[in-house]
Amino acid sequence: MQGNEACVEGAIAAGMRFYAGYPITPSTEIAEQCALRLPQVGGRFIQMEDELASMAAVLGASATGVKAMTATSGPGFSLKQENIGYGCLAEIPCVVVDVQRSGPSTGLPTSPSQGDYMQARWGTHGDHPVIALTPSSVQETYRLIIRAFNLSEKYRTPVIFLMDEIVGHMREGVTLPRPDELIINKRHISYHDGANKQCYAVPEGKFVPAMKAFGQGERYNITGLAHDVSGFPTNNNAVAGALYTRLMEKIGRNLDDIVRVEEYMLDDADTAVVCFGGTARAVMSAVEQARAEGMKVGMFRPVTVWPFPEAQLRARLPGLKRVLMVEHNYGQMLLEVQRVAAERLPVGFLGRIDGTVIPPADILNKLREMEGRENAQ
Amino acid sequence: MRYEMRFSGSGGQGVILASVIVAEAAVAAGLEAVQSQAYGPEARGGLCRAETILGREKIWYTKVIQPSFLLALTQDSLDKYAQNLAPDAVVMADASLSLPACVDPARALMLPILATARDKVGKVMTANIVAVGAVNKALGLFDEAALTEGVRRHIPAGTEELNWKALAEGAALVTDEQAALFRRSL
Repeated sequence: MQGNEACVEGAIAAGMRFYAGYPITPSTEIAEQCALRLPQVGGRFIQMEDELASMAAVLGASATGVKAMTATSGPGFSLKQENIGYGCLAEIPCVVVDVQRSGPSTGLPTSPSQGDYMQARWGTHGDHPVIALTPSSVQETYRLIIRAFNLSEKYRTPVIFLMDEIVGHMREGVTLPRPDELIINKRHISYHDGANKQCYAVPEGKFVPAMKAFGQGERYNITGLAHDVSGFPTNNNAVAGALYTRLMEKIGRNLDDIVRVEEYMLDDADTAVVCFGGTARAVMSAVEQARAEGMKVGMFRPVTVWPFPEAQLRARLPGLKRVLMVEHNYGQMLLEVQRVAAERLPVGFLGRIDGTVIPPADILNKLREMEGRENAQ
Repeated sequence: MRYEMRFSGSGGQGVILASVIVAEAAVAAGLEAVQSQAYGPEARGGLCRAETILGREKIWYTKVIQPSFLLALTQDSLDKYAQNLAPDAVVMADASLSLPACVDPARALMLPILATARDKVGKVMTANIVAVGAVNKALGLFDEAALTEGVRRHIPAGTEELNWKALAEGAALVTDEQAALFRRSL
């Protein structure tokens, strides 16, 4: 199965029943597969006139109570940003898949890249919460997109599923779990709250309001303006400040629940190679080759790429002598790694932006170079 | 053990599908397989390559580093990808092409793949299936059941006979002596 297909099958298993999109390489197979599969499971597929409208349709569908998704790549991801912000502020759950390709602009449409890492965090304007997840295999794509929907529903926020061309366009064997093995979060819906109309009131002990299905009885307001608990716009700075703070903290205070990493051979390692997504395939190979040469190398792979797994990386630093960041861009996650590690350890970097894939030999050479340079000092 | 295969030609010739079929046949035969491709923005024409990596253990790196097998259906793809081959690599190319000097003719199979698809099977577009039949006969990768399963998943209903004929005609292009010479056990 192809990575893009696994994305669709996992999304359907998670309960996704609405897809709106505008096809773009290397995400096109996601639209194709949704067009084929959604009618078979009672869902709806619609090809919109562009990416802006696709994102708006996804928000609208989700507001009515349906789990909704869209998929795109670089140029389309740029176009979706304004409405992603709307989803963040209005707290509308949805999953936005970005199968990254080489850019900026139309760039190299069929070539791999991880250049949208920072855009996934800061693409839409203003302070806003972001959850972004990145798979590194076809198998992981299936399970992780389910987690993307679960987190989206739980925290009522758009979740970015930040794939790359390497995994999206790759085919490999997949074992699909039985439906009863999967944990699927259902949307917590409340239909009536009496005369108060407090559709954005947060129940005691919760971090998000219960979601009302728009159009199923009770009238309420959804807006991209700062709003009070009634959902109507407000210019009250205290109310707006409390809203924005709650949006940030619903993610920031639940990092233990949201952040996941994969660690490989790190327990005795003096060197951690940090990577995410498809890059991990070359890193795993390089780690095994380096181990065969007697180098103590391990891999640290953020699966939750936003929020960056700061605590998890920090916990590894005392055992390490150096960190190497490997990514298919000019140094984006590198900035996060430097923020966490650079005061204590040398942080090396291996990046690539020519549309080709970093081979294990380049990583191995960089590891030898870093170790050799320190030994020479 | 990691066996790297590259399939190349012009966009629209079906080399990506050929590599997918080989990968799925491998999975049907109980092997590990990873398949990927690289192509330009054009829907038709343009250099196109696809890669399938086979093995018995988990395959980490998903791209071909130095292929042990190359299929080339156009001169451009043959000239380009013949430059970087593993020492024992087998090259299979259409008989209408000329083999670059860097390839040992003893390790090359120049087969009339395109002509066979056009004249014997009766449809040029079956060239990729003809090639798959020839590849499997030459390398002896899978039994017939795994190979036909790989093909069956990707052909429209009603075209089965045409495709089985393409597979058989492809296999017939490779002699038993050649197959014995190039056989590859995984």
